[in-house]
Amino acid sequence: MAPIEIRKYATTIEEVFHDGGPPAARPWRLGAIAVVLKNPFAGRYVPEIQHWMDDLKPLGLSMSKRLVETLGGDAKAIEGFGKGAIVGEAGELEHGALWHAPGGYAMREVLGNAKAIVPSTKKVGGPGARLDVPVTHINASYVRSHFTAMEIGVPDAPRADEIVFILVMTTGARVHDRAGGLKASEIKGQDGLR
Amino acid sequence: MKSRIRKLIVAVEETHREQGKEVAPPTRKAAAVAVIDNPCASNYVEDLEPLMAIGEELGELLGRRAVAALGIRPGQAESYGKAAIVGENGELEHAAAILHPRLGKPLREAVEKGAALVPSAKKRGGPGAAIDVPLGHKDAAYVRSHFDAIEVRVADAPRANEIVVAVAVTDSGRPLARIGGLAKDQIIGKDGLR
Repeated sequence: MAPIEIRKYATTIEEVFHDGGPPAARPWRLGAIAVVLKNPFAGRYVPEIQHWMDDLKPLGLSMSKRLVETLGGDAKAIEGFGKGAIVGEAGELEHGALWHAPGGYAMREVLGNAKAIVPSTKKVGGPGARLDVPVTHINASYVRSHFTAMEIGVPDAPRADEIVFILVMTTGARVHDRAGGLKASEIKGQDGLR
Repeated sequence: MKSRIRKLIVAVEETHREQGKEVAPPTRKAAAVAVIDNPCASNYVEDLEPLMAIGEELGELLGRRAVAALGIRPGQAESYGKAAIVGENGELEHAAAILHPRLGKPLREAVEKGAALVPSAKKRGGPGAAIDVPLGHKDAAYVRSHFDAIEVRVADAPRANEIVVAVAVTDSGRPLARIGGLAKDQIIGKDGLR
């Protein structure tokens, strides 16, 4: 067991009405939730770190639910997702990797057993560092209309001994999607890719 | 709508802990942000009435969005602030036309009362420019515990012909405020200062 000591949460919702073209019938929505918490492994090399993933599971689940709520409460409206981590300078990139399982599985569970891998980015950075969190379709990674990224950062985090864990969800295709490729309507939904 | 809105962003920050000490209840700040076309961009326009009308509209829209994001009744709002970033083809005066003549009245309705001046900041900048929106107590500008700011930035805005307009609302002062001065329970609330 390693403690979960949360300093702050930051949520962001973006509603996109147009990107220079005709206004969308329904705005495209992107949401992010970030948590700033203490890195229990900061400042030294700790060989065994995997146990923290279990401690993080309830946090992943509560953040996923909260993000769905913030986006209007309907999990069925969520079609894209992504995740990321920014590790403060006294930590290791490997600490950020501990978010893969608790963050990813929680979102897939909350979104009705989504099939696709959750795309991710991670980095070590200082307060205010920005991370471009990649986004893909929740059931088929190849759906071209849903590829995007959301830039997220917290002005005063991470401090050296902190980590920022991020989850991102979106409601659909880019606002003027017209670059072709696999469409959401063509998903077979078996392998998480197509 | 008088404003042509490209996107709306609502961000909430919730602080639970500072220097290992619990912040109870957590302090919360919200910023509601609109990215709009600048109808006066690219050449000198004498009459800035279109921007003043946009300011009035956004005061209500963004004020309500920020209060809603905090999940509070209007009367529970404690501090506020406003800011604008003008894209490179616009003038600082365009930010002033949005922020100062008419934005305040509907914002004050959104937070109930609001005897104090709404503190503000403005600048010209490109996409991703950050602005620190100053915060002050809504009924008494001298309340020391509520002097603060919230950083706002939109990764893809303002484009050259756009303006980013932000309204910030909180339901609290700084986390662990303890430097004295006028306290919120000492507010007289008549002159907007004390």
